[in-house]
Amino acid sequence: MSNSSLLIGCLNVNVERLPRKATHRGESVMATTSADIANLEAIATRCRAHILRMTHRAAAGHPGGSLSEIDILVALYFSRLNVDPTVPKWEERDRFILSKGHASPGMYAVLAEKGFITEEDLSSYRVLGGVCQGHVDMKWTPGVDFSAGSLGMGLSFGIGTAIAARLDGSERSTWVMIGDGEMQEGSVWEAAMAAAHHELGNLNVFVDKNNIQNDDFVEMQMRMFDIPAKWAGFGWAVRECDGHDMQQILDAIAWADSITDRPAVIIANTIKGKGISYMENNPAFHGAAPNDEQLGIGLAELGLFEVSV
Amino acid sequence: MSRMAATRDGYGQGLLNISGDERVVVLEADLGKSTKSLHFRKQFPERTVSCGIGEQNMMLVAAGLAASGYKPFASTFAIFTERAFEQIRNGVARPNLPVHICGSHGGTHTGTDGGSAQSIEDLAIYRTLPNMTVMHPCDDVSAAELTRQCLDLAGPSYMRTARNKTRVLHEKRIDDIKIGRGIVLRDGSDVCIIACGVLVAKALEAAEKLAGDGIDACVVDMHTLKPLDGDLINRMAASTGCIVSAEDHSIIGGLGGAVAEHLSSNHPVPLERVGVKDRFGESGQAEEMLDLLGLNTGDIIKAAHKAISRKSN
Repeated sequence: MSNSSLLIGCLNVNVERLPRKATHRGESVMATTSADIANLEAIATRCRAHILRMTHRAAAGHPGGSLSEIDILVALYFSRLNVDPTVPKWEERDRFILSKGHASPGMYAVLAEKGFITEEDLSSYRVLGGVCQGHVDMKWTPGVDFSAGSLGMGLSFGIGTAIAARLDGSERSTWVMIGDGEMQEGSVWEAAMAAAHHELGNLNVFVDKNNIQNDDFVEMQMRMFDIPAKWAGFGWAVRECDGHDMQQILDAIAWADSITDRPAVIIANTIKGKGISYMENNPAFHGAAPNDEQLGIGLAELGLFEVSV
Repeated sequence: MSRMAATRDGYGQGLLNISGDERVVVLEADLGKSTKSLHFRKQFPERTVSCGIGEQNMMLVAAGLAASGYKPFASTFAIFTERAFEQIRNGVARPNLPVHICGSHGGTHTGTDGGSAQSIEDLAIYRTLPNMTVMHPCDDVSAAELTRQCLDLAGPSYMRTARNKTRVLHEKRIDDIKIGRGIVLRDGSDVCIIACGVLVAKALEAAEKLAGDGIDACVVDMHTLKPLDGDLINRMAASTGCIVSAEDHSIIGGLGGAVAEHLSSNHPVPLERVGVKDRFGESGQAEEMLDLLGLNTGDIIKAAHKAISRKSN
């Protein structure tokens, strides 16, 4: 992220300024200008601040994976997904399934920016009775399409929503985000096989490849070898992108939309804890919250607050 | 001689009976010929989803369909549904999605495939899940009707069916079959035998033989284990003073467990549980398995005598 976008993070950008993405598959994502990109980056910066504040307030949660996924979530919600915050259960909405459901602060941040929930709701993260449960939950939070929390489940669920769309003759699409560590769950590959078998061109997956899982680096826990080759071998269309470069993310989304005869997967190369220096590439912040001092440093790095340490 | 049929055939017929509802979709995991969902597939291939030999994926594909307004019926062997228990727990039951799971070939009655194929814990584990309806019908008529009634459920269900044919008991009694309501098949005042699945016919045989000894046994087909028909159990406990449970399932956590939990909290009376006594099965013919594991007619008779003898003197 450039310095200029950090500055824009201080401004009150009108998040509804971007044109809504047309719903027909195969059309390219809207023409993007540098202003559009800057706007998306500004939203992502605000989301990063939400993530820090949520996990700090709860003194728990998963900031690292929320920060690695957030640029992709912002790109999807503010440039592609056909959803209506005033009617969260609208039947014709595109579905987004956060299979790595522990990275819920990222999801809640985007839902708040999009207007599904309020910024006040964010303070209920991990609080008894709160709208924002520890892991994303379709029964608790408007705009959440899948109850996650156990890895390796979201892609299968997405196959179900994609088949339903096909049975309905609907153009709506399903987007699933999984983690790279999550791919160690065997059920992911059951799902990968089934999605390709059923030629689900209306199903797209982002892999948030941040290279870190709970205990350590992915390479130390279970080497994944050639991830693109694995997906290709299962019959998917595969592409890689920089998961923190907004233009590359938008291009990858447009590419996935252009694949209509089989499912498409985008391997997004990301940095765990992206945007917060002491969290970046640090396994300790997979599941640990920032303390008071770290919160201040983090917000300052986002260009949102003065440092007072 | 009354008609013989397998409950899995009732499930297959039940799917055809509800096929007019275009929201009904069927999911298979390479066992459609065995679970009998193949009849639906033949007529409605566009509404049948092959999941290959992949039960974990199947349960969640069903969940995604249910979340999109469809009425998914997913079936495989009872034992293989268990492989996807956590998917069912977290992906189906917790979000309370109306996914209807049918586990066929349940129990030791399945026979010669041996212990690996004989689910004797399915009813217990699904009974522990909030939101889940758990059923185990005794004949094809009730299996078909309970399958139809699943359409009215707001949440998920699990139904165990059996591989082998047993006596049809509910011919022309469809109106009596209701999810959550036990069916009194025979009145009696000395003991009540509450059974499910293939042991319902055995319980009736036992009651007929007990009558020869001057014992008046009542028989209930408790096809729904959850929600359990507690009112009926209370009435039976009051009128007979002792209960026998009978199931082709572990005595831990299934019908016997459910009845024990209910009685101990509501109407304590002597209870004898006929079921698999904390062991695995092995290869053998269905009748041989029932004999080996103490689940046959004679075992129910013995349990009835014991329950009666335990009534307070």
